[in-house]
Amino acid sequence: MNVKVRIPSPLRRFTAEQTWVAVSAQTVGEAMEAVVDQFEDLSQHLYDTHGELRRFINIYVGEEDIRQQGGLDRPLKENDEIMIIPAIAGGTTGEAIFDREEYIRYSRHFSLPEIGLDGQRLLKQASVLIVGMGGLGNPASLYLAAAGVGRIGLVDFDVVDLSNLQRQILYSLKDVGESKIKIAKERLESLNHKVEITAHEEALSSANAERIFANYDIIVDGTDNFPTRYLVNDVCVFQGKPSIYGSIFRFDGQVAVFYAREGPCYRCLYADPPPPGLVPSCAEGGVLGVLPGIIGSLQAIETIKQITGAGEPLIGRLLLFDALSMTFHQVSISSDPNCSVCGDSPTITKPIDYEMFCGVSAMEETVSVPEMSVQELKGKLENGSNLLILDIRDPWEWEIAHLDKALFIPMNSLVSRLDEIDPSKEIVVHCHTGIRSANVSNYLIKQGYTNVKNLRGGIKAWTSEVDPRLMQY
Amino acid sequence: MAQRELLLSGSAVAAADESAVSAYPEECCGFLGGSETGGTVKVEVAWPVENRQQEGRTHHYYITPEQYMEGEDLADRSGYKLVGIYHSHPNHPAIPSQFDLEGALPGFVYQILSIRQGATAEQRWWELSPDRSIFSEIVPRALTPKQDRT
Repeated sequence: MNVKVRIPSPLRRFTAEQTWVAVSAQTVGEAMEAVVDQFEDLSQHLYDTHGELRRFINIYVGEEDIRQQGGLDRPLKENDEIMIIPAIAGGTTGEAIFDREEYIRYSRHFSLPEIGLDGQRLLKQASVLIVGMGGLGNPASLYLAAAGVGRIGLVDFDVVDLSNLQRQILYSLKDVGESKIKIAKERLESLNHKVEITAHEEALSSANAERIFANYDIIVDGTDNFPTRYLVNDVCVFQGKPSIYGSIFRFDGQVAVFYAREGPCYRCLYADPPPPGLVPSCAEGGVLGVLPGIIGSLQAIETIKQITGAGEPLIGRLLLFDALSMTFHQVSISSDPNCSVCGDSPTITKPIDYEMFCGVSAMEETVSVPEMSVQELKGKLENGSNLLILDIRDPWEWEIAHLDKALFIPMNSLVSRLDEIDPSKEIVVHCHTGIRSANVSNYLIKQGYTNVKNLRGGIKAWTSEVDPRLMQY
Repeated sequence: MAQRELLLSGSAVAAADESAVSAYPEECCGFLGGSETGGTVKVEVAWPVENRQQEGRTHHYYITPEQYMEGEDLADRSGYKLVGIYHSHPNHPAIPSQFDLEGALPGFVYQILSIRQGATAEQRWWELSPDRSIFSEIVPRALTPKQDRT
């Protein structure tokens, strides 16, 4: 029989834009086969992987649905018109995609009306990237894996250090020296094997950020430095993704959701990174070990809310937590129309590396002062040189270890005790690693001291190279 | 299929928005009509169709084969081509679900509007990947991210 098959408009891209395809066939099934023989690319859109007609593809002969008329075996008459007509369906939920284990595992979520089965499905379909597997990334990743987020990516390139264990709860003593991301992946997979964990063991940079972010819906910012924080923000703006921000310092924490599609971004709040040396890192300033547990957990909550749509997102609000007074405050923040990345006429349109301009790694380069090595200092002391060793660390550091005969003036009381420093002497300034003392040396030179040297590598280098009897920290 | 360029008319965006807001808390659905030349899809008009999902219209939409044929005929008569479908996700993000994937057609632009508390919170545009495995997002050129805030 000579018959015609009508192709719906979206599928005409596979039939050279023909609406009607003429074929010769005895049954509807044969007619369909003849069409697919002519236009092979149609096949996957009409049939599923088992070769069955797709659920939303309907075939009509005249006004009748063939499903009520013997299906594909329905015989044809000369000049019959066969129509392929899609039904169109969709919505927020998929079909039941949980197995028995998952129904039990997530049962406490199912009974929450704000999450329920639908929310849990959204969690399973979601993908979240966690940048930085330190104090914040640890609790955030544990809770998100436990909550059943389908795909979690981790970015870090560091190894576990003994000083991490005070707050980074994914790692144990036996992990010291091991790759953080390897340990984290194992630990999270053992917690929830239903979650797919992808390890990106690389330092986030302008070169790889866009590629890594592209595969995720939401980015959790667990970074500990400004260059990376600005990079995370900018790429989230470019890709229209929310960044779940958290930061910690001493006893204070901050949380916000920066989502330029719905509110301000991080740059609306702080347009540019602070100048080098102004902001101490956690290593220098210290941090209460529990604090990232609180802030990282709040980031996990905001991530789950973004995915499920539950509640009010922390967009346009900055949440401030103070552990000492045990108070939460929030301040309103709004989009800046002049923002250089999400504003009306953005000037930043591709990722920038601030590594050269700010942050820990650049600090030594920006403050350039005369230096002395620990070997040189040892030689001078053995020769009985009359020099002044100035220790500018904090009292707790002095208690752990200090050099004999050093003059101890903590950095924050230096200005008021300047008269104790004899300008006629050769002065060697030291701290723990040589960064703070470089700034202090610079300050002393500006105050008119002419013979000032910074001890390169600080007391840490002295302990490992000259006097191993001193306590390392 | 390489990533295509998407251009939207203000009236099409407004019509989809109105339909999504008035259907809330149920899902709305409708057709996008326009043209496709080379790698550029132009959406000129959007018009609603009744959501014929029998149960659970807060989470699902269904356009019957009859409604589809009427839509295609209407587009043809008006000189447009059917280029896509819009629907809303009440209280959920404007991201396609597994369910959306299963029923998706190649080449169509899928506009999803996220409606929260009766107002459009976000809208995004997607297309099916050639192997049907995922949706990829198309960022419309005529709208900057700022303009789609409401």
